[in-house]
Amino acid sequence: MSEAKETQKKELGEEAVIKVSEMDPRFKYKISKIPGAEKIMLCFQCGTCTADCPVARFSDSYRPRKLLRMTQLGLKNRVLKSDVIWLCASCFTCVDHCPQDVGIASIIRALRNLAVKEENMPIVYRELASTILKTGYAYKIPELRLRKREEQGLPLLPKPNIKSVTKLFDITGVSKLIEKESA
Amino acid sequence: MPELKYLIFLGCVVPYRISSYEISARKVLDKLGVELVEMPEFNCCGFPLDPVNHDAMLALAARNLCLAEQQNLDIMALCNGCFSILNHVNKDLKEDKKLREKVNGYLKEIGMEFKGAITVKHLVHVLAEEVGFEKIKGTIQKPLNPLRVAQHIGCHIPRPAKYADSDDPENPTILKNLIRATGAECLDYMDETECCGNPIIGINSQIPLQLARDKLNHVKAVGAQALITVCPFCHMMFDLHQSRIERAFNETFNIPVLHYTQLLGLAMGFSPDELGFKELRVDSTKILNELGF
Repeated sequence: MSEAKETQKKELGEEAVIKVSEMDPRFKYKISKIPGAEKIMLCFQCGTCTADCPVARFSDSYRPRKLLRMTQLGLKNRVLKSDVIWLCASCFTCVDHCPQDVGIASIIRALRNLAVKEENMPIVYRELASTILKTGYAYKIPELRLRKREEQGLPLLPKPNIKSVTKLFDITGVSKLIEKESA
Repeated sequence: MPELKYLIFLGCVVPYRISSYEISARKVLDKLGVELVEMPEFNCCGFPLDPVNHDAMLALAARNLCLAEQQNLDIMALCNGCFSILNHVNKDLKEDKKLREKVNGYLKEIGMEFKGAITVKHLVHVLAEEVGFEKIKGTIQKPLNPLRVAQHIGCHIPRPAKYADSDDPENPTILKNLIRATGAECLDYMDETECCGNPIIGINSQIPLQLARDKLNHVKAVGAQALITVCPFCHMMFDLHQSRIERAFNETFNIPVLHYTQLLGLAMGFSPDELGFKELRVDSTKILNELGF
């Protein structure tokens, strides 16, 4: 077996045989209740998404058509524990080209949101989220940059309202996710 | 009082490392009589949180929208990601009553309420649709005639089509027309609408580098002397990472990557120094010399 195939198997948590016991028949219904993912069942596997996906051109493992089929089949663990769901660049080409108007990008977003709850959260997203919580911005803007703005004749950067950001993080459950991840 | 007035939404990555975009944008907008108001207490647009928690993204984006409503001003974003998120959320909240109730439930906790009173635009919309080509052409003092460039508008202005008001996502023309207004020639190239790859660089660096390499090759193949962007993330991919791409694939591009506002600024007669050219990674001396700067 080629190295590419091996990587693909590993990334999708694939075993050669899919056992019926692995399938959660309710998974697709659960997904279809998430706003933006309502049309998961409309995917008829034409493959336009994968054919037109810029990431799929250079990836051995990222295949949106396949991810949608696995979701329909209820291969919950394989999907939610995979690294592959994090490769969508959200360019929305699949969204615009899908003949069934499935809304693939928002289904992948729904899968990612669920994966995060199951503790599959890439470090980069944990860092971005915790920087937003601490500073209001996605990146910690260095003092040097802030001083340079003055030299460059740029206005001072507005002070963020950390109290409000923290409150929104708390009530939407993100604060807990970050704590859980860093614990 | 100037006719056009917007709250400028800087986002995070522009003040973090792409000041040349902000410097040049402020210069050209001022020249065009567009008044910019600083956005008080804004936070990250919400884009990076969507994969983590969709509701948190909605809440952060909606908070920014409410800040603009309080000032009764439309938002102008410099970054495609910020524009996309704020525009989507604004439109969804205006149309979907159930969603609005849910998000207003979050906002109530911080003493805010989304009313749906403003609109969100990207810089290119303000230039092409509000300022207008005639006015832009009227400010050109130094037409960039001999220059041949290519454009990369990025994904989040024309896509998804449902949210893009005017341009064709399969053949976006807004940036091409803006480029032509400077006197420069805008060349077509293969796979012009493809993604730069930047959104996943923190997950996998190889795929974005390959995507950007492909695009740079296509830009080079048609003989473009520079690539023009309107998004700080796309700009980083082609400018900041260009030397990395050259090393990784043992190829040479030397394609300067300019923010559209730098190109327009040159045509308006500003000097390269006034437009933050020193901040660019890929050397642009050759084209500047050719243009007589």
